Amino acid sequence: MTRFSTVFRQLDTSYFVDITKEATASDVQRVLDNGYAKSLEDFAKLISPAAEKFLEPMCRLSQRITQRHFGKTMRMFAPLYLSNECINVCRYCGFSRHNDIPRITLSIDEVEKEATLLSDQGFRSLLLVAGEHPKYVSNGYVESVIRRLAKRFPSIALELGPLESEGYGPLVRSGCEALIVYQETYHEDTYRSLHTAGPKKRFHWRMDTAERAYDAGFRRLGIGALFGLHDWREEALCLAAHTQHLNRVCWKAQVSLSLPRMRPAAGEFEQIEFLRDHHFAQLIAALRIFAPHAGITLSTREPPTLRDGLIPLGITSMSAGSSTEPGGYSSFDETNFTPTADQPGEQFQIADERPPSTVAQAISKAGYDPVWKDFDQSLLDDADALQANERPIDFNAANPLRTVGAK
Amino acid sequence: MISKPLETLRIGDRAFDSRLLVGTGKFSSSEAMQNALRSSGSGLVTVALKRANLQEDADPFASILDYLERDRYLILPNTAGAMSADEAVRIARLAAAAGLPQWVKLEIHPDPNYLLPDPIETLEATETLVKEGFTVMPYINADPVLAQRLQDVGAATVMPLGSPIGSNRGLDTRSQIEIIIEQAKVPVVVDAGIGAPSHAAEAMEMGADAVLINTAIAIASDPSAMARAFAKAVEAGREAYEIGLGTATKSAEASSPLTAFLNT
Repeated sequence: MTRFSTVFRQLDTSYFVDITKEATASDVQRVLDNGYAKSLEDFAKLISPAAEKFLEPMCRLSQRITQRHFGKTMRMFAPLYLSNECINVCRYCGFSRHNDIPRITLSIDEVEKEATLLSDQGFRSLLLVAGEHPKYVSNGYVESVIRRLAKRFPSIALELGPLESEGYGPLVRSGCEALIVYQETYHEDTYRSLHTAGPKKRFHWRMDTAERAYDAGFRRLGIGALFGLHDWREEALCLAAHTQHLNRVCWKAQVSLSLPRMRPAAGEFEQIEFLRDHHFAQLIAALRIFAPHAGITLSTREPPTLRDGLIPLGITSMSAGSSTEPGGYSSFDETNFTPTADQPGEQFQIADERPPSTVAQAISKAGYDPVWKDFDQSLLDDADALQANERPIDFNAANPLRTVGAK
Repeated sequence: MISKPLETLRIGDRAFDSRLLVGTGKFSSSEAMQNALRSSGSGLVTVALKRANLQEDADPFASILDYLERDRYLILPNTAGAMSADEAVRIARLAAAAGLPQWVKLEIHPDPNYLLPDPIETLEATETLVKEGFTVMPYINADPVLAQRLQDVGAATVMPLGSPIGSNRGLDTRSQIEIIIEQAKVPVVVDAGIGAPSHAAEAMEMGADAVLINTAIAIASDPSAMARAFAKAVEAGREAYEIGLGTATKSAEASSPLTAFLNT
């Protein structure tokens, strides 16, 4: 099967960028009249300056499409940082090798302690995050973590340094259903100037990570770009092309998109192209109209007012109460689950520090149901993590486990 | 004149007053769902097991089952999220072990985008679960041969889609559903894609035994009122079907039939 890196090499980005420049109001209107963007050309029109005047109707269409496919619901998840050790040099990242921050990798017991705090807050869906370091990718550390957490967390996603398919197999079999990897920037020269040392230098190899993960059996694939590194429209076009490709070749996987915008972090990096709020909303709506079934995730990088406003515009999953440092939840203020002054070294600063329960209330207030559990480990084909939890089944016993009745 | 009561819907060993089946996903809150289910008058509601807690301990963050009033409805567990027969069978068994009815709406869709059902895996899972004593209601594409094969292995109903889940497009598959109804030995429940009460009435007028609605009710601005509207449409459609609709014709009936001489 042709990998995206091959498709990408043939993608005439400048042709689509030109469409964004030349699109007229009537071009945009035609796409909206169709009710969907049938091609990358249509998508280019939706992110054009000409489409800015159509922001309200675009967001309304985005809302309708999202509700049809996902309902009035919002999936909740929390990131859990396992380690901030990293051998890469990425000029914009707080974990970059040369940054002088305390480096730690949590023990499995420490991970469980963090996870318990998240579970008590309601989370049943976890995103395990770690820097890229060989010391825990090959020795079974991540598998052991997943096995320890699988009983309490029906859905576990991973965001780690890219691996070959063979490396992903054991992680899927441990009970993990999703893999997230951001390209950061799809602009090769920018990518090379920002990633100056470490395995992350491999631009095209990174681009094919989602497909290698699919080959290993992951059923949800998260991709994204870090907005602020290069021209946002060009990044958006490449992200849309990547989504289209994954939908074709990874037909059994759900694609979910993340659109993180640069936030201040350790290091000296200054972003190049800030993605402004109204362009951010335009981008979300355009992606929804182009990829009606894709999940779109919104993290705590964004401030509360903006997050609350974006809830009904096309977002399908949100993190809340996040810490972006290993061991960060254990140092949270216990009474209201918010960060304290003595947090360890973080990857980036969050902007929405509200506890998960407050975010859930905001979601309800916007007319959406915060959904904490939307996956079950028993669905996983090779969930050997589950075996230990499986109970002998006795169909003859009346209500052998619990009574579920009227509230 | 006293009108004849409508025929009762029978599925497996149960009878249902309403021919409207309702799904529990996509609602803006558990309360909105609960109210809409009541208004629908339905006696059979389906719930995605992936959203429920099947563990021993109660979980306030996965409490969808706690909002389903079991004295009003029979809970029909569904296997949404399963991509293979093995996965669907496993989760159906877990649900039954957790005390839910030994009924299952089989939803096996490996494609997470259009959520179209896999016919091969669905047939395999139906066969396995029927043998284990489950009342199996498979969600299928509107394929008459598949519907026959499923009935041969003991499916309690067949549930052909009108159009893809959540699409609100109505009965795109109408002509295939007509064949399924004509050949059916078990109730035919039109499931998925029904976006308006008129679509539901259309399915019932065609002779479908029931319809299952979720998205169109759940995302309505007033789900309770929309549930009532669907209930009326289903009843009207069924009543018309039982009375017998006149057939529409494009040609006029000749007042001097060509064959009149044969009667003289």
